[in-house]
Amino acid sequence: MIPELESGNIALLSMLTPLAATPLMLLLHRYPNWRETVSLGAGLVLLLLVIQLHSAGTTPLETTTLAAPVTGISIALAVEPLGLLFATLISILWLATTVYAIGYMRHHDESHQTRFYIWFAIAISSAIGIAFSANMFTLFVFYELLTFSTFPLVTHSGSREARLAGRTYLGWLVGTSVGFLLFAMVWTWILAGTLDFRPGGVLAGHITPSQGGILLGLYVIGVGKAALIPFHRWLPAAMVAPTPVSALLHAVAVVKAGVFTILKVVIFIFGFDLVNSAWSQELLLYAVATTIIIGSLIALRQDNLKRRLAYSTISQLSYIVLGALLVNSASLTGSAMHMVTHAFGKITLFFCAGAILVTTHKTKVSELSGLGRQMPLTMAAFFIASISIIGLPPAAGTWSKWYLAMGTVESGQWLLLGILMVSSLLNIAYLLPIPLNAFLGSSGNNKSHFQEAPAPILLAITFTAAGCLFLFFWPDTLYQLASSIHLP
Amino acid sequence: MTLLGIDNHLPALQVVIPLMGAPLCFLLRRPVLAWGFSVAISSATLIIAFLLLQTTLQTGPLSYALGGWAAPWGIEYRVDTLNGYILLLVTAISTLSLLYARTSFEHEINSAQLPLLYAGWLLCLTGFLGMTITGDAFNVFVFLEISSLSSYLLISLGPDRRSLTAAFRYLVIGTIGATFILIAIGLFYSMTGTLNMADLAILLSKNTESRTFHAAIGFLLIGLAIKAAIFPLHLWLPNAYTWAPSAVSVFLAATATKVAIYLLLRFLFTVIGAEHSFNLFTLNQALLPLGVLAVLIGSVVAIYQDNIKKLLAYSSVAQIGYMVLGITLVSLSGLTATLLHLFNHALMKGALFMAVGAIFYRTGSLRIADLTGLGRTMPLTMAAFLISGLSLIGLPLTVGFVSKWYLVVGAVEANQMWLAIIILLGSLLAIIYFWKVIEIAYFHHKSSEAPVVNEAPLSLLIPTWILVGANIYFGIDTRLTAGVAEKAALLLLGGTP
Repeated sequence: MIPELESGNIALLSMLTPLAATPLMLLLHRYPNWRETVSLGAGLVLLLLVIQLHSAGTTPLETTTLAAPVTGISIALAVEPLGLLFATLISILWLATTVYAIGYMRHHDESHQTRFYIWFAIAISSAIGIAFSANMFTLFVFYELLTFSTFPLVTHSGSREARLAGRTYLGWLVGTSVGFLLFAMVWTWILAGTLDFRPGGVLAGHITPSQGGILLGLYVIGVGKAALIPFHRWLPAAMVAPTPVSALLHAVAVVKAGVFTILKVVIFIFGFDLVNSAWSQELLLYAVATTIIIGSLIALRQDNLKRRLAYSTISQLSYIVLGALLVNSASLTGSAMHMVTHAFGKITLFFCAGAILVTTHKTKVSELSGLGRQMPLTMAAFFIASISIIGLPPAAGTWSKWYLAMGTVESGQWLLLGILMVSSLLNIAYLLPIPLNAFLGSSGNNKSHFQEAPAPILLAITFTAAGCLFLFFWPDTLYQLASSIHLP
Repeated sequence: MTLLGIDNHLPALQVVIPLMGAPLCFLLRRPVLAWGFSVAISSATLIIAFLLLQTTLQTGPLSYALGGWAAPWGIEYRVDTLNGYILLLVTAISTLSLLYARTSFEHEINSAQLPLLYAGWLLCLTGFLGMTITGDAFNVFVFLEISSLSSYLLISLGPDRRSLTAAFRYLVIGTIGATFILIAIGLFYSMTGTLNMADLAILLSKNTESRTFHAAIGFLLIGLAIKAAIFPLHLWLPNAYTWAPSAVSVFLAATATKVAIYLLLRFLFTVIGAEHSFNLFTLNQALLPLGVLAVLIGSVVAIYQDNIKKLLAYSSVAQIGYMVLGITLVSLSGLTATLLHLFNHALMKGALFMAVGAIFYRTGSLRIADLTGLGRTMPLTMAAFLISGLSLIGLPLTVGFVSKWYLVVGAVEANQMWLAIIILLGSLLAIIYFWKVIEIAYFHHKSSEAPVVNEAPLSLLIPTWILVGANIYFGIDTRLTAGVAEKAALLLLGGTP
């Protein structure tokens, strides 16, 4: 069906697919049905291309160079297991989110829907670009493009609140990336003479341990998208965006791009030995552990459902960073798996939050009591996704948390193991009461009858919630990819 | 061309064509004819500049003895990679902004004054090209005066009466600068008896202890710093750029200070010599704090402007600071950054001033508060503004990123981490002053009684978008810009003219 193509070229095509759909969307802005067909079509083509990549196999050292803006540094794409994992995740969930968005945006009577779909597609393009970056420079380029392309989505409503949130969003993300990440990148380039992602790292032998410690810190702080406290403020602010944006971009694409960058840097720029010998490793691990606990504690106090989920994301992202910084095979496998399992869980939770908003116009946790009788499907999906985030069987989160826990044991970090356990308890405390109250609590005076969200929304919710269960029973493909990310 | 032997005289024609064109242009009387004629002249200089740069890249520096009098007695025109690159920049910007100028001038300026304006423009161009191409120190002063006097004229023709005071202020400060440069050249002459730059370079190096030499360097540096608007000698610039006619702002913002920076490089590295300038007199340590202050203060002051052209002008002060910082590093990547930024800043500021001119054409206002709702009513103009602004901030895939990359690399290479931090901080400040404008244009809605505004005419949009396209093209394919800039930087560090 598809002619023989090198993996780098397929990667390029998949990056361009969402981008190519944008002019069509613009042309069809008067015909919403066709416009959304284009969006779905682009999603399908992207998914097919990524599946094609799975069968083509990964060859990390084979790169497709697009341009060379600075002597010796190129914009180039390559396919390796971790990137493939990320791209697969995005392409599957983009399709689900498009279906969801059709229901949400129409039902919620959002304005400027064409603009919404166009920037969404550009953001997806940037995220795919991040996934297939062959060097740190390319990754940085797409990282910044992702920031700027999601800005119009965050400020979609154009209200004063959205504008202020947009400032926070841009300020923190661009501030950290220009102030720290760019600096770290330039420094790496001068020390190592290359920014290519190579198995085993490029810095070994070019850097003293004390420099290594500083550089690692600069990278971890510079990736603001990983939302490490105190660089997390942009994420709760971004919640003013329409729910599909919060669901796909601010629970999956943008934040996962952040932790993905850290994983890439740890594995392919630093290498295991260098991270282990960096003096800042221990310090950063405890900063990350603090984020896990504080994020959960703040989530516990939020009454706005989307904000509660956002703080939960902050906490869960740090699980992945924790795994990356522990640099052993179990922890890295756990990190990569958690990228996927948390994505399915959290996107479902956001989908549910949006479904509740569209159907009942409720945004607060305290208003959801008894809602299970009105929206049983939605709240059931909420329950499954909560289980997955907490890490209990039979949901996918079990596996990733298991491997992360194994990782802490392998490194002898018993305190961190304890923190993971405490955090799981906190997850229970801020997530489970919501579905339980919805099903068991009373709904107050007004009698509620069955009234579910629109069909496209339910379809998307069912799909992602089913994904949470599917990945528990059939985790093989995920495990194989995740466990091979650090192998040369 | 080879048959006619014209190509041997290209260096002279580069300057003579616009010089002769200027009075003819004035005689044409009809504005449209004068415009067409000056576009033709400017395009001819662009073609010549292109051919010259190509020749120097292939066969090395060209030397041309004006009137057949051999250097060092006669006036020598000398084209190497460095000034070939500047010539190309100046002529390209002049041609593009002339294309843009017709619609904009017709709207802003009395038609009786238009032939005069075009004649002044060509003279100004002559001055810039002459300063760049000549290898004779006194000739530099002559062309400097030609360009300065004509630019006072261009600025004073602005649509607002404040352009008169702006031009007068520039005249006073600019004349002081030119005088200082003349004094320096006179002192050089009194020491060596020669005015030829290559000759000066040899003779001056024998007499570095002399008090005269030190005084000359002081005068020269201050004079050039005034013309280049290096902080704190930038005070003429914001008003001049703000109140000049829109197209003149485009032309001057993208070329005038660039040529002055070129002269600074030429004198510091070639005439005085890098060894003396930086090791003996440690001029880089004098320039370094000025560059840092320019970046920080220029950016911060830009944040507080309520006139859009003034905001861009203060941003220029900051951007000139980056160029100065590149010079102070005295390294290959530092100088490459400066030379790249000369070119790249011309592209982004040119595009920004063009977009602002288009906005003024439609709304008649330069106040930032009056930009409300333009994101919707003038989408193409605002998109051009947005993209070139992102380039100014330094978003990857735009020219702004490339020059900032080289600059940060230069700073880290020199182990000056704090300088890298200042440069990055400058980018963050740029986001603040720039985003202020974007928010008003895209998020604030116009009140319902406000007059309806249409998109700018194509004659303004096309040149603007050519520059915007260049901002992206040269941000991705840097073989021409970074390649030539690096060659020119090597040339400067090698010390040979």
